[in-house]
Amino acid sequence: MKRHEPVQVVKTRRDALLGRLVGAVPYVGFLGVTIDRRGDELTAVLPFDPKLVGNPALQALHGGATASFLEVTSIIELSWASLWADLEAGHIDPETDTLPPLPKTIDFTVDYLRSGLPRDAYARARINRSGRRYASVHVEAWQDNRTRLFAQATGHFLMPAKDDPKDGPGD
Amino acid sequence: MLGLTLPKLTAAMPPPDPAKIARQFIEAIPFSKALSMSLDEIGDGRAVISMPYNEQLVGDPVTGVIHGGAVSALMDTCGGAAVMSHPDMPVATATIDLRIDYMRAAKPGQRIRTEASCYHVTRSVAFVRATAWDEDTERPVASATGAFTFQRATPKGGKP
Repeated sequence: MKRHEPVQVVKTRRDALLGRLVGAVPYVGFLGVTIDRRGDELTAVLPFDPKLVGNPALQALHGGATASFLEVTSIIELSWASLWADLEAGHIDPETDTLPPLPKTIDFTVDYLRSGLPRDAYARARINRSGRRYASVHVEAWQDNRTRLFAQATGHFLMPAKDDPKDGPGD
Repeated sequence: MLGLTLPKLTAAMPPPDPAKIARQFIEAIPFSKALSMSLDEIGDGRAVISMPYNEQLVGDPVTGVIHGGAVSALMDTCGGAAVMSHPDMPVATATIDLRIDYMRAAKPGQRIRTEASCYHVTRSVAFVRATAWDEDTERPVASATGAFTFQRATPKGGKP
Protein backbone atom coordinates (compact mmCIF):
# COMPACT_ATOMS: atom_id res chain seq x y z
CA MET A 1 0.00 0.00 0.00
CA LYS A 2 1.26 3.43 -0.92
CA ARG A 3 1.85 5.73 2.02
CA HIS A 4 -0.01 8.91 1.29
CA GLU A 5 -2.60 8.03 -1.25
CA PRO A 6 -5.05 10.81 -2.11
CA VAL A 7 -8.26 10.26 -0.16
CA GLN A 8 -10.29 10.11 -3.35
CA VAL A 9 -8.20 7.22 -4.68
CA VAL A 10 -8.81 5.29 -1.47
CA LYS A 11 -12.54 5.97 -1.51
CA THR A 12 -12.91 5.11 -5.17
CA ARG A 13 -11.14 1.79 -4.69
CA ARG A 14 -13.27 0.81 -1.68
CA ASP A 15 -16.54 1.95 -3.20
CA ALA A 16 -15.75 0.14 -6.44
CA LEU A 17 -15.38 -3.17 -4.60
CA LEU A 18 -18.47 -2.61 -2.49
CA GLY A 19 -20.45 -1.60 -5.56
CA ARG A 20 -19.51 -4.83 -7.29
CA LEU A 21 -20.37 -6.99 -4.27
CA VAL A 22 -23.78 -5.35 -3.93
CA GLY A 23 -24.56 -4.85 -7.59
CA ALA A 24 -23.85 -8.41 -8.65
CA VAL A 25 -26.64 -10.00 -6.60
CA PRO A 26 -30.13 -9.69 -8.13
CA TYR A 27 -31.92 -10.46 -4.84
CA VAL A 28 -30.20 -7.48 -3.15
CA GLY A 29 -31.70 -5.24 -5.83
CA PHE A 30 -35.10 -6.95 -5.54
CA LEU A 31 -35.20 -6.14 -1.82
CA GLY A 32 -33.87 -2.63 -2.43
CA VAL A 33 -30.97 -3.04 0.02
CA THR A 34 -28.18 -0.45 -0.14
CA ILE A 35 -24.95 -0.26 1.89
CA ASP A 36 -23.50 2.69 3.79
CA ARG A 37 -19.74 2.49 4.29
CA ARG A 38 -17.65 4.33 6.87
CA GLY A 39 -14.06 3.11 6.51
CA ASP A 40 -14.41 -0.65 6.64
CA GLU A 41 -17.66 -0.56 8.64
CA LEU A 42 -20.78 -1.43 6.68
CA THR A 43 -24.39 -0.65 7.53
CA ALA A 44 -27.05 -2.22 5.35
CA VAL A 45 -30.20 -0.21 4.72
CA LEU A 46 -33.58 -1.69 3.77
CA PRO A 47 -35.80 1.22 2.67
CA PHE A 48 -39.45 0.54 3.44
CA ASP A 49 -41.42 -0.73 0.46
CA PRO A 50 -45.08 -1.87 0.59
CA LYS A 51 -44.12 -5.14 -1.12
CA LEU A 52 -42.07 -6.13 1.98
CA VAL A 53 -45.15 -6.25 4.20
CA GLY A 54 -46.25 -9.53 5.82
CA ASN A 55 -49.26 -8.29 7.75
CA PRO A 56 -51.34 -5.70 5.89
CA ALA A 57 -53.42 -4.85 8.96
CA LEU A 58 -50.33 -3.82 10.93
CA GLN A 59 -48.22 -2.90 7.88
CA ALA A 60 -45.53 -5.02 9.58
CA LEU A 61 -42.53 -6.28 7.63
CA HIS A 62 -42.76 -9.92 6.54
CA GLY A 63 -40.56 -12.24 8.60
CA GLY A 64 -39.11 -13.50 5.32
CA ALA A 65 -38.18 -9.97 4.25
CA THR A 66 -36.46 -9.43 7.59
CA ALA A 67 -34.67 -12.79 7.36
CA SER A 68 -33.58 -12.00 3.81
CA PHE A 69 -32.26 -8.60 4.85
CA LEU A 70 -30.23 -10.15 7.68
CA GLU A 71 -28.82 -12.91 5.48
CA VAL A 72 -27.90 -10.50 2.68
CA THR A 73 -26.15 -8.24 5.22
CA SER A 74 -24.17 -11.19 6.63
CA ILE A 75 -22.99 -12.39 3.22
CA ILE A 76 -21.94 -8.92 2.05
CA GLU A 77 -20.04 -8.31 5.31
CA LEU A 78 -18.25 -11.67 5.02
CA SER A 79 -17.25 -11.10 1.40
CA TRP A 80 -16.16 -7.54 2.15
CA ALA A 81 -14.10 -8.52 5.19
CA SER A 82 -12.45 -11.40 3.37
CA LEU A 83 -11.34 -9.12 0.50
CA TRP A 84 -10.42 -6.04 2.55
CA ALA A 85 -6.77 -6.89 3.25
CA ASP A 86 -6.03 -7.80 -0.38
CA LEU A 87 -7.87 -4.69 -1.57
CA GLU A 88 -5.87 -2.38 0.67
CA ALA A 89 -2.59 -4.12 -0.17
CA GLY A 90 -3.26 -3.54 -3.85
CA HIS A 91 -3.45 -7.27 -4.62
CA ILE A 92 -6.86 -7.01 -6.25
CA ASP A 93 -8.18 -4.53 -8.75
CA PRO A 94 -11.79 -3.90 -7.73
CA GLU A 95 -12.70 -2.70 -11.22
CA THR A 96 -11.50 -5.59 -13.33
CA ASP A 97 -10.50 -8.65 -11.26
CA THR A 98 -12.81 -11.64 -11.06
CA LEU A 99 -14.05 -11.79 -7.50
CA PRO A 100 -14.07 -15.07 -5.55
CA PRO A 101 -17.37 -16.96 -5.17
CA LEU A 102 -19.71 -15.76 -2.42
CA PRO A 103 -19.83 -17.53 0.97
CA LYS A 104 -22.54 -20.20 1.15
CA THR A 105 -25.04 -20.24 4.01
CA ILE A 106 -24.90 -23.45 6.08
CA ASP A 107 -27.61 -22.45 8.54
CA PHE A 108 -29.30 -19.26 9.64
CA THR A 109 -31.36 -18.65 12.79
CA VAL A 110 -33.50 -15.56 13.06
CA ASP A 111 -34.81 -14.24 16.33
CA TYR A 112 -37.84 -11.95 15.83
CA LEU A 113 -37.80 -9.54 18.75
CA ARG A 114 -40.59 -7.17 17.78
CA SER A 115 -42.73 -6.32 14.80
CA GLY A 116 -40.91 -4.65 11.91
CA LEU A 117 -42.54 -1.25 11.40
CA PRO A 118 -43.33 0.33 8.02
CA ARG A 119 -40.11 2.33 7.94
CA ASP A 120 -36.50 1.92 6.88
CA ALA A 121 -34.49 -0.75 8.63
CA TYR A 122 -30.76 -0.95 9.24
CA ALA A 123 -28.45 -3.88 9.94
CA ARG A 124 -24.86 -4.53 10.89
CA ALA A 125 -23.12 -7.88 10.91
CA ARG A 126 -20.26 -8.91 13.19
CA ILE A 127 -18.00 -11.78 12.24
CA ASN A 128 -17.40 -13.74 15.41
CA ARG A 129 -15.17 -16.31 13.83
CA SER A 130 -13.77 -16.63 10.37
CA GLY A 131 -11.58 -19.59 9.65
CA ARG A 132 -10.31 -20.90 6.34
CA ARG A 133 -13.52 -22.79 5.62
CA TYR A 134 -16.17 -21.82 8.17
CA ALA A 135 -17.41 -18.51 9.50
CA SER A 136 -19.87 -17.59 12.23
CA VAL A 137 -21.70 -14.28 11.94
CA HIS A 138 -24.08 -12.40 14.22
CA VAL A 139 -26.26 -9.71 12.68
CA GLU A 140 -28.55 -7.15 14.29
CA ALA A 141 -31.35 -5.08 12.75
CA TRP A 142 -33.07 -2.00 14.09
CA GLN A 143 -35.29 0.80 12.89
CA ASP A 144 -35.63 4.01 14.86
CA ASN A 145 -33.34 3.23 17.79
CA ARG A 146 -30.03 1.45 17.51
CA THR A 147 -30.53 -0.15 20.93
CA ARG A 148 -34.07 -1.41 20.23
CA LEU A 149 -33.40 -4.30 17.87
CA PHE A 150 -36.38 -5.71 15.99
CA ALA A 151 -34.51 -8.80 14.84
CA GLN A 152 -31.17 -10.53 15.21
CA ALA A 153 -29.69 -13.63 13.66
CA THR A 154 -26.75 -15.99 13.83
CA GLY A 155 -25.53 -17.82 10.77
CA HIS A 156 -22.79 -20.20 9.75
CA PHE A 157 -21.22 -19.93 6.34
CA LEU A 158 -18.91 -21.95 4.13
CA MET A 159 -16.16 -19.69 2.79
CA PRO A 160 -14.89 -20.09 -0.78
CA ALA A 161 -11.63 -22.00 -1.02
CA LYS A 162 -8.74 -19.62 -1.66
CA ASP A 163 -6.83 -20.73 -4.75
CA ASP A 164 -3.53 -20.63 -2.95
CA PRO A 165 -1.04 -22.90 -4.74
CA LYS A 166 0.28 -24.08 -1.36
CA ASP A 167 -3.11 -25.63 -0.61
CA GLY A 168 -3.41 -29.27 -1.37
CA PRO A 169 -6.57 -30.69 -2.92
CA GLY A 170 -9.41 -31.51 -0.57
CA ASP A 171 -8.11 -29.16 2.08
CA MET B 1 -42.62 -10.89 11.73
CA LEU B 2 -45.46 -12.67 10.04
CA GLY B 3 -48.89 -11.97 11.43
CA LEU B 4 -51.88 -13.39 9.66
CA THR B 5 -55.36 -12.10 10.10
CA LEU B 6 -57.28 -14.37 7.78
CA PRO B 7 -58.50 -16.99 10.22
CA LYS B 8 -61.66 -17.99 8.36
CA LEU B 9 -59.87 -20.84 6.65
CA THR B 10 -61.19 -23.49 8.96
CA ALA B 11 -63.98 -21.61 10.68
CA ALA B 12 -66.18 -20.83 7.72
CA MET B 13 -69.28 -22.91 7.02
CA PRO B 14 -70.54 -23.99 4.61
CA PRO B 15 -67.07 -24.64 3.17
CA PRO B 16 -66.31 -22.06 0.46
CA ASP B 17 -64.12 -22.72 -2.57
CA PRO B 18 -60.75 -23.82 -1.07
CA ALA B 19 -58.73 -22.76 -4.12
CA LYS B 20 -60.17 -19.27 -3.92
CA ILE B 21 -59.42 -19.00 -0.22
CA ALA B 22 -55.91 -20.27 -0.78
CA ARG B 23 -55.31 -17.61 -3.41
CA GLN B 24 -56.75 -14.87 -1.20
CA PHE B 25 -54.61 -16.06 1.69
CA ILE B 26 -51.39 -15.48 -0.27
CA GLU B 27 -52.54 -12.36 -2.06
CA ALA B 28 -53.28 -10.72 1.27
CA ILE B 29 -49.56 -11.01 2.14
CA PRO B 30 -47.70 -8.52 -0.09
CA PHE B 31 -44.22 -10.06 0.29
CA SER B 32 -45.53 -13.57 -0.46
CA LYS B 33 -47.32 -12.18 -3.49
CA ALA B 34 -44.12 -10.39 -4.61
CA LEU B 35 -42.38 -13.80 -4.56
CA SER B 36 -45.32 -15.36 -6.49
CA MET B 37 -45.99 -17.94 -3.77
CA SER B 38 -48.97 -20.22 -4.16
CA LEU B 39 -50.74 -22.08 -1.38
CA ASP B 40 -51.13 -25.61 -2.70
CA GLU B 41 -52.53 -27.47 0.32
CA ILE B 42 -53.67 -26.46 3.78
CA GLY B 43 -55.52 -27.96 6.74
CA ASP B 44 -55.14 -29.64 10.09
CA GLY B 45 -51.93 -27.86 11.05
CA ARG B 46 -50.17 -28.60 7.78
CA ALA B 47 -49.52 -26.43 4.72
CA VAL B 48 -47.79 -26.74 1.35
CA ILE B 49 -46.63 -23.58 -0.40
CA SER B 50 -44.54 -23.32 -3.55
CA MET B 51 -42.72 -20.60 -5.43
CA PRO B 52 -41.54 -20.47 -9.06
CA TYR B 53 -37.94 -19.81 -10.05
CA ASN B 54 -37.41 -16.10 -10.63
CA GLU B 55 -34.18 -14.46 -11.81
CA GLN B 56 -34.84 -11.49 -9.51
CA LEU B 57 -34.43 -13.80 -6.50
CA VAL B 58 -30.97 -15.05 -7.49
CA GLY B 59 -28.38 -14.86 -4.71
CA ASP B 60 -25.36 -16.11 -6.64
CA PRO B 61 -25.07 -14.55 -10.09
CA VAL B 62 -22.44 -17.07 -11.20
CA THR B 63 -24.58 -20.16 -10.57
CA GLY B 64 -28.07 -18.63 -10.81
CA VAL B 65 -29.06 -20.21 -7.49
CA ILE B 66 -31.95 -18.60 -5.58
CA HIS B 67 -30.90 -16.62 -2.47
CA GLY B 68 -31.35 -18.39 0.88
CA GLY B 69 -33.39 -15.42 2.09
CA ALA B 70 -36.10 -16.13 -0.48
CA VAL B 71 -36.24 -19.75 0.69
CA SER B 72 -36.50 -18.43 4.29
CA ALA B 73 -39.45 -16.28 3.27
CA LEU B 74 -41.16 -19.30 1.72
CA MET B 75 -40.62 -21.44 4.82
CA ASP B 76 -41.73 -18.66 7.17
CA THR B 77 -44.95 -18.13 5.23
CA CYS B 78 -45.60 -21.87 5.08
CA GLY B 79 -44.97 -22.22 8.83
CA GLY B 80 -47.41 -19.41 9.57
CA ALA B 81 -50.03 -20.98 7.28
CA ALA B 82 -49.63 -24.35 9.03
CA VAL B 83 -50.16 -22.69 12.42
CA MET B 84 -53.27 -20.84 11.20
CA SER B 85 -54.79 -24.10 9.98
CA HIS B 86 -54.38 -25.86 13.33
CA PRO B 87 -57.68 -27.39 14.56
CA ASP B 88 -57.55 -25.16 17.66
CA MET B 89 -58.12 -22.23 15.28
CA PRO B 90 -55.79 -19.44 16.42
CA VAL B 91 -56.85 -15.89 15.52
CA ALA B 92 -53.32 -14.75 14.65
CA THR B 93 -49.72 -15.90 14.63
CA ALA B 94 -46.26 -14.37 14.36
CA THR B 95 -42.82 -15.95 14.05
CA ILE B 96 -40.81 -16.05 17.28
CA ASP B 97 -37.78 -17.72 15.76
CA LEU B 98 -36.89 -19.73 12.71
CA ARG B 99 -33.77 -21.77 12.01
CA ILE B 100 -33.03 -22.90 8.51
CA ASP B 101 -30.48 -25.51 7.49
CA TYR B 102 -29.44 -25.27 3.86
CA MET B 103 -28.66 -28.77 2.70
CA ARG B 104 -27.93 -28.06 -0.94
CA ALA B 105 -28.40 -25.40 -3.61
CA ALA B 106 -31.82 -25.43 -5.28
CA LYS B 107 -31.49 -26.19 -9.00
CA PRO B 108 -31.84 -22.98 -11.06
CA GLY B 109 -35.05 -22.93 -13.09
CA GLN B 110 -36.96 -25.25 -10.79
CA ARG B 111 -39.96 -24.51 -8.59
CA ILE B 112 -39.34 -24.71 -4.81
CA ARG B 113 -41.99 -26.40 -2.71
CA THR B 114 -42.23 -26.30 1.08
CA GLU B 115 -44.26 -28.42 3.44
CA ALA B 116 -44.69 -27.24 7.04
CA SER B 117 -46.38 -28.95 9.92
CA CYS B 118 -47.32 -27.63 13.28
CA TYR B 119 -46.40 -30.66 15.41
CA HIS B 120 -47.24 -29.28 18.84
CA VAL B 121 -49.13 -26.35 20.31
CA THR B 122 -49.31 -25.05 23.85
CA ARG B 123 -51.67 -22.36 25.13
CA SER B 124 -49.61 -19.67 23.43
CA VAL B 125 -46.86 -21.25 21.32
CA ALA B 126 -46.86 -23.38 18.18
CA PHE B 127 -43.86 -25.52 17.21
CA VAL B 128 -43.28 -26.03 13.51
CA ARG B 129 -41.08 -28.13 11.26
CA ALA B 130 -40.69 -27.50 7.56
CA THR B 131 -38.86 -29.02 4.60
CA ALA B 132 -38.21 -27.58 1.14
CA TRP B 133 -37.56 -29.39 -2.15
CA ASP B 134 -36.99 -28.48 -5.76
CA GLU B 135 -38.18 -30.92 -8.46
CA ASP B 136 -35.97 -33.64 -6.97
CA THR B 137 -38.25 -34.74 -4.14
CA GLU B 138 -35.75 -37.32 -2.88
CA ARG B 139 -33.22 -34.76 -1.64
CA PRO B 140 -34.46 -31.77 0.35
CA VAL B 141 -33.00 -28.34 -0.36
CA ALA B 142 -33.52 -27.02 3.15
CA SER B 143 -35.19 -27.83 6.44
CA ALA B 144 -36.42 -25.51 9.15
CA THR B 145 -37.73 -25.52 12.67
CA GLY B 146 -39.44 -22.62 14.32
CA ALA B 147 -41.59 -21.35 17.16
CA PHE B 148 -44.62 -19.19 16.40
CA THR B 149 -46.99 -17.30 18.65
CA PHE B 150 -50.39 -19.01 18.98
CA GLN B 151 -53.01 -16.40 19.72
CA ARG B 152 -56.27 -18.00 20.78
CA ALA B 153 -59.62 -16.31 20.62
CA THR B 154 -60.66 -14.98 24.04
CA PRO B 155 -63.39 -17.28 25.40
CA LYS B 156 -66.70 -15.50 25.98
CA GLY B 157 -66.91 -14.14 29.50
CA GLY B 158 -63.63 -15.73 30.45
CA LYS B 159 -60.01 -14.78 30.75
CA PRO B 160 -57.80 -15.63 27.77
